Amino acid sequence: MKLEFLSFDFDKFASEMANLKEQKHFDYLVTIVGEDFGEEGLGCIYILENTESHERCAVKMMARCSVCGDGIAANGTGDTDGQKLAYIPSVINIWKDADLLEREVFDFYGIVFLGHPEMRRLFLRSDFKGYPFRKDWKYNDKYTLADDEEPNYGLEYFIDKDGNLQSKQNRLFTDDDYVVNIGPQHPSTHGVLRLQTVLDGETVKRVYPHLGYIHRGIEKMWESMTYLQTLALTDRLNYLCAMMQRHALVGVIEEGLGVELTDRIKYVRTIMDELQRLDSHLLFTSCCAQDLGALTAFLYGMRDREHVLNVMEETTGGRLIQNYYRIGGLQDDIDPNFVKNCKDLVKYLRPMIQEYMDVFGDNIITHNRLENVGPMSLEDCISYGVTGPAGRASGWKNDVRKNHPYDMYDKVEWEQCTETTCDSMGRYLVHINEMYQSLNIIEQLIDNIPEGDFYVKQKPIIKVPEGQWFFSVEGAAGEFGVYLDSRGDKSPYRMKMRPMGLTLVGALDPMLRGQKIADLVTTGAAVDIVIPDIDR
Amino acid sequence: MEVRKPKIKALPYDEWKDNESLEQIVDELHEGGVNVVTGNLDALINWGRANSLWSLTFATSCCGIEFMACGCARYDFARFGFEVTRNSPRQADLIMCAGTITHKMAPALKRLYDEMAEPKYVIAVGGCAISGGPFKSSYHVVKGIEEIVPVDVFIPGCPPRPEAILYGMMQLQRKVKAEKFFGGANHKQSAAEKELGVSNEELTFREKHGDHRREPIVVTDVPDDFKIKEEEAKA
Repeated sequence: MKLEFLSFDFDKFASEMANLKEQKHFDYLVTIVGEDFGEEGLGCIYILENTESHERCAVKMMARCSVCGDGIAANGTGDTDGQKLAYIPSVINIWKDADLLEREVFDFYGIVFLGHPEMRRLFLRSDFKGYPFRKDWKYNDKYTLADDEEPNYGLEYFIDKDGNLQSKQNRLFTDDDYVVNIGPQHPSTHGVLRLQTVLDGETVKRVYPHLGYIHRGIEKMWESMTYLQTLALTDRLNYLCAMMQRHALVGVIEEGLGVELTDRIKYVRTIMDELQRLDSHLLFTSCCAQDLGALTAFLYGMRDREHVLNVMEETTGGRLIQNYYRIGGLQDDIDPNFVKNCKDLVKYLRPMIQEYMDVFGDNIITHNRLENVGPMSLEDCISYGVTGPAGRASGWKNDVRKNHPYDMYDKVEWEQCTETTCDSMGRYLVHINEMYQSLNIIEQLIDNIPEGDFYVKQKPIIKVPEGQWFFSVEGAAGEFGVYLDSRGDKSPYRMKMRPMGLTLVGALDPMLRGQKIADLVTTGAAVDIVIPDIDR
Repeated sequence: MEVRKPKIKALPYDEWKDNESLEQIVDELHEGGVNVVTGNLDALINWGRANSLWSLTFATSCCGIEFMACGCARYDFARFGFEVTRNSPRQADLIMCAGTITHKMAPALKRLYDEMAEPKYVIAVGGCAISGGPFKSSYHVVKGIEEIVPVDVFIPGCPPRPEAILYGMMQLQRKVKAEKFFGGANHKQSAAEKELGVSNEELTFREKHGDHRREPIVVTDVPDDFKIKEEEAKA
């Protein structure tokens, strides 16, 4: 989607944004892109979607700058008094997923959001100096092995009656709070996620996610790479969605360049995406079972996953990191045995999915552990931006393949799987049903792969014309989008991903409030989070 | 796009077949002769240790999934005695450091390593753990975990295939066998060491960090109540 920006007056920004939601029904905030526009200054781009008509729009807002407090560091209550800060009004009260998204922008660009209750670092250590994504940030990769002294408060910024930017401290915990720290090294957090959990007995009162334990700064690295070089890093985000993520990245660049793909490319990409979805969902069902202590179901799922990997490996050469798509097509043509292998796989896998249900999914213990655990209503799902199977379990028809079809998805027949239980059991079932749909899609396409080129020739050095684009695909755990701002150079001016998991982690807190601590692992397992994708 | 034939810098294939160098170390270790009793005891203990290595599940990213695949039906590292993975560093013999280590994670890795009981080993799995890999130019990635903890085995790949992981773990088994618990020093003095009168370890330390020896502390004065009284000494 080529982006055309709406812009609002700074003083009316919050009310205009509320209008967009209330009157034009833009109730899903896809992502907030922070950007250093160079001489224009710092600013943000909000991408919104109307969940009824699936229309999208983008809003651009430039930040204002002012000195925080009265200019004397010692007089204030906050740490930033006396510093010159860029600020924008927060939209946290309109869209709930803005919480983590705004903290991310603050972390990388130092833009503070007025009215956000806890402006503090999200990905980087609290003693990190400077804001690394600003263009004038000086590269520095020194690190320390000392423990991070994290503040136990967040800063809330506001404009006082004299029009000055002020800040105050909001405590994260009260003195009576019992805080259990889960992670970053924990077997059930699916990576290096850290959740600070406030407990009342066994009941969860609040969950504070701490991210960034696998933050590699991919978006910053992209800014100094050529377009061809950028491709290599997407496979290492959510390594179970390597194909889809690469698809989103080449998709946005191809859209910028205006490349017309051949039908063969579209067919193969669709099949590969679905194979990758099978791979990811198989691992999800396995790990979800293992997190609940069911080792048999885990081993069954991993066994069948190897069959999917075999099919992909024969064409791409990789098991996990596929490196298969490139700008203008595919790295190589499909293997001569690919069609036969796919058919064999479909035949093999269909009865196996029922087996997972027999072994684990239909078990009474599973039902007791998953039903009514981590509930989230449809309204909250949209507000918190819970896309993918987790959102579909609450009845939100959010599949990008249906709403914004790309490649062959509008030409094949398949159903969007939804549930109405709004709980972890529903999320598990959506994954199971989606595997059947993936098999259906592969079955319809595999016999009809048309002849043609597998690659549309591109220039050796690619220069995308000036402009902004956003392209998203349906990853295995939600919507994965890439925003590209090109200034006509051979490397992107700014590229930003909409990770699948960031909004899911943000939704863990409302899902778990009032639930038991033992259900934290279950809920985390059922929403399917993969941490390297969140941290980037 | 025309791609010129790139020159791929890879490990020579023969190095992959090199299983002897570690066995040579064992031979060198035993050069000075081994006591029949303690030598056999050592062999027995090392045989046991090498075949039941418990690893700490420390997977930060992609390589962790391949490590999981190693443990499952197709590759099944239980064949070599690796199947027990521990979630607590206190119970683990080795860290499989599978994935990128970032600046925020580095203190946690160091702490986990420190919490493990001796003897402990580290395997660096994949390009990121070895050198930063594809993220070498990042501002937030440790360029190789050897900056933080000593590494015993490196397994290259991005991510390494399960076969490579198995090979790396078997190399560690060989390394575990090259250790001595009983019967004398592990190490025979070389000619240079004999002349200087210091150990090889000491020499490398001095090369790296300079001479750390200080003036010896000689105690000349003792508090009064510590002095042995003449009468008591006589009695």
